[in-house]
Amino acid sequence: MDFTPERLERYSPHILLNEVGGAGQRKLFDARVLVIGVGGLGSPAALYLAAAGIGTIGLVDADVVDLSNLQRQIIHATPDVGRPKVDSAADSIAALNPDVVVRPYRQHVDEDNIRSIVRDYDFVIDGTDSFAAKFLINDACVAEGVAFSHGGVGRFRGQTMTVLPGRSACYRCVFGAPPPEGAVPPCSRMGILGAVAGMLGTIQAAEALKFFTDTGQLLVDTMLTFDARDMKFRKVPVKADSHCAACGCRTAKAGAPEAGGGGPDAR
Amino acid sequence: MQVNGEQADLARPMSLGAFLSDMEIGASRIVVERNGEIVARDSYDTTMLSAGDVLEILYFVGGG
Repeated sequence: MDFTPERLERYSPHILLNEVGGAGQRKLFDARVLVIGVGGLGSPAALYLAAAGIGTIGLVDADVVDLSNLQRQIIHATPDVGRPKVDSAADSIAALNPDVVVRPYRQHVDEDNIRSIVRDYDFVIDGTDSFAAKFLINDACVAEGVAFSHGGVGRFRGQTMTVLPGRSACYRCVFGAPPPEGAVPPCSRMGILGAVAGMLGTIQAAEALKFFTDTGQLLVDTMLTFDARDMKFRKVPVKADSHCAACGCRTAKAGAPEAGGGGPDAR
Repeated sequence: MQVNGEQADLARPMSLGAFLSDMEIGASRIVVERNGEIVARDSYDTTMLSAGDVLEILYFVGGG
């Protein structure tokens, strides 16, 4: 993509950053990000990624927009109720930034399709609302060597970590397996402060942008958690588990390279 | 002892399992890191806590 005068103006706040600059902005143009779940987390994440000029954004969601989604899923609007979420989100992205190519997948991810979808992308945002899907995404991204951002929210709480397969702890290293059925009620039953989803999804988008521009330190080997009631943020160090069913062999095989800034070239 | 970054006093010698149950934290909703290592869920009751322990309790948070 060329730097036309319009693009120079649109992306000037990025270009002004030493850490991004014109070269970093070009990396964003060339980047492909998959957003799985266009809900509370996927909405803000996809919007910020689109605004940033990410070249290709894949959107995976089988659902249609429900009125109760609009309290937090800000990529959808009132006239979209009843429309497929991927269509509604694609329209919002097109209106925000026509530079972005959107690939909609109106489907659920499952064991049979997920690996072939994630392998076409450089970074994945987990915006799903079930533990089964979160572990599925983790295992597929680890197997395909695709970096991803885990995210979860509920009530006033959020948590996120970034995984660089073979180089950092994965979600399964920390949590092992989904909790027993019924141990943790689903979001739809326990409620969520809408802005909490916005906070977490926005952190996930920032991690993706840092990943592509090789900026700062990613949330690798670190679970960031917050509780919006007292706005306490904590970074909990976590370790790769050499016996992890998803990544144990990979992390062992890769030796112990420094997991730090990351970056697509470093995979 | 430190729990999620805050001081917590152990009133009596106790296992991790007893501590969680005193705090009314359901073991199936969390994982616990003790001094940087994840504690296997089936050994909560046999893991005795000591005053110098650093515990991190991470909750399963699954909404999206």
